[in-house]
Amino acid sequence: MIIDTPTNSGEAIVFWVCAVLSVLGAFGLITSRKAVHSALWMALTMISLAVLYIANAAPFLGMVQVIVYTGAVMMLFLFVIMVVGVDASDSLIETIKGQRWTAILLGLALILILVWGLGSSLAGIPAAGLELANREDGGNVPGIAHLIFTDYLVVFEVTSALLITAALGAMVLAHREHWKPKPTQEELSKARFLGTEHPGNRPNPGIYARHNAVDTPALLPDGSPTELSIPGPLRARGDVAPVDIKDVHAIEEADSL
Amino acid sequence: MNPSNYIVLSALLFGIGAMGVLVRRNAIVVFMSVELMLNASNLAFVAFARMHGNLDGQVVAFFVMVVAAAEVVVGLAIIVQIFRSRRSASIDEPNLLKY
Repeated sequence: MIIDTPTNSGEAIVFWVCAVLSVLGAFGLITSRKAVHSALWMALTMISLAVLYIANAAPFLGMVQVIVYTGAVMMLFLFVIMVVGVDASDSLIETIKGQRWTAILLGLALILILVWGLGSSLAGIPAAGLELANREDGGNVPGIAHLIFTDYLVVFEVTSALLITAALGAMVLAHREHWKPKPTQEELSKARFLGTEHPGNRPNPGIYARHNAVDTPALLPDGSPTELSIPGPLRARGDVAPVDIKDVHAIEEADSL
Repeated sequence: MNPSNYIVLSALLFGIGAMGVLVRRNAIVVFMSVELMLNASNLAFVAFARMHGNLDGQVVAFFVMVVAAAEVVVGLAIIVQIFRSRRSASIDEPNLLKY
């Protein structure tokens, strides 16, 4: 049995850089207010973990991590965030009183127990290393393939059934049935004029403002900006250009001349 | 490099993921925290494989990835479906199953 070299400085550097990055990404994931930012932090964690897999003598898993997780799964997450909306940020209202602080406390306790328990019990154990196991079949990929198609063959076949079931399930769930008949033009018109909202067009961005860019709110007759003129996604992202009060006064002066 | 470092790192990531599941209210972020926990356990599998000197841990980690991919597909479809009917991605909203 080959024993790992006790201090491999190159691997130590890789480990510490990627460990810090992955923990940073994990904290960013749970602390970001916006779901898009959480997804990007998550991608950072996934890529650091892929590097750590490769450093851990698992090049095949490292590549699968990059392709499946950062490639496919994170794209899926970003697409769903796009469908659900960029403004789907968290509400800060607690439905259970004190839940947030209890959760943070219990989470820290879990981290403490796991790190302390595993760290102290595994600290002195030397690693057997994978050089021998990898050499047996002529590499990491042939070694994994050998195991999958012999010892784990049944599991592998069940996995394919699971994937087909998941694909069908997603198709069934994503399929939309029309529960109600499509509203006619008359019904749409009635809903528009009898509803609470103003039936006319909203003001265009940039009306009476100094710029006609799409993020510049229109000015009302009294000079105050109206956010109704800004497209919804820009409002949700907080990308509304500030209105300088001096510009408003300048317009008033120009009007009075 | 001793593999116990990787185990400690995976425990740390698992704990952070668990905290995210408990604290956050946005269903998508909760889901991503679950993915983080799965990844942390994968790292532990890989490190244990190296510690014991056989590839079984890596094979199990591979199967975890496959199952996680299937879970993401179905879970996100459910989230989109709930969002369509309730116009909300908050996990406090769908309380129809309560009664």
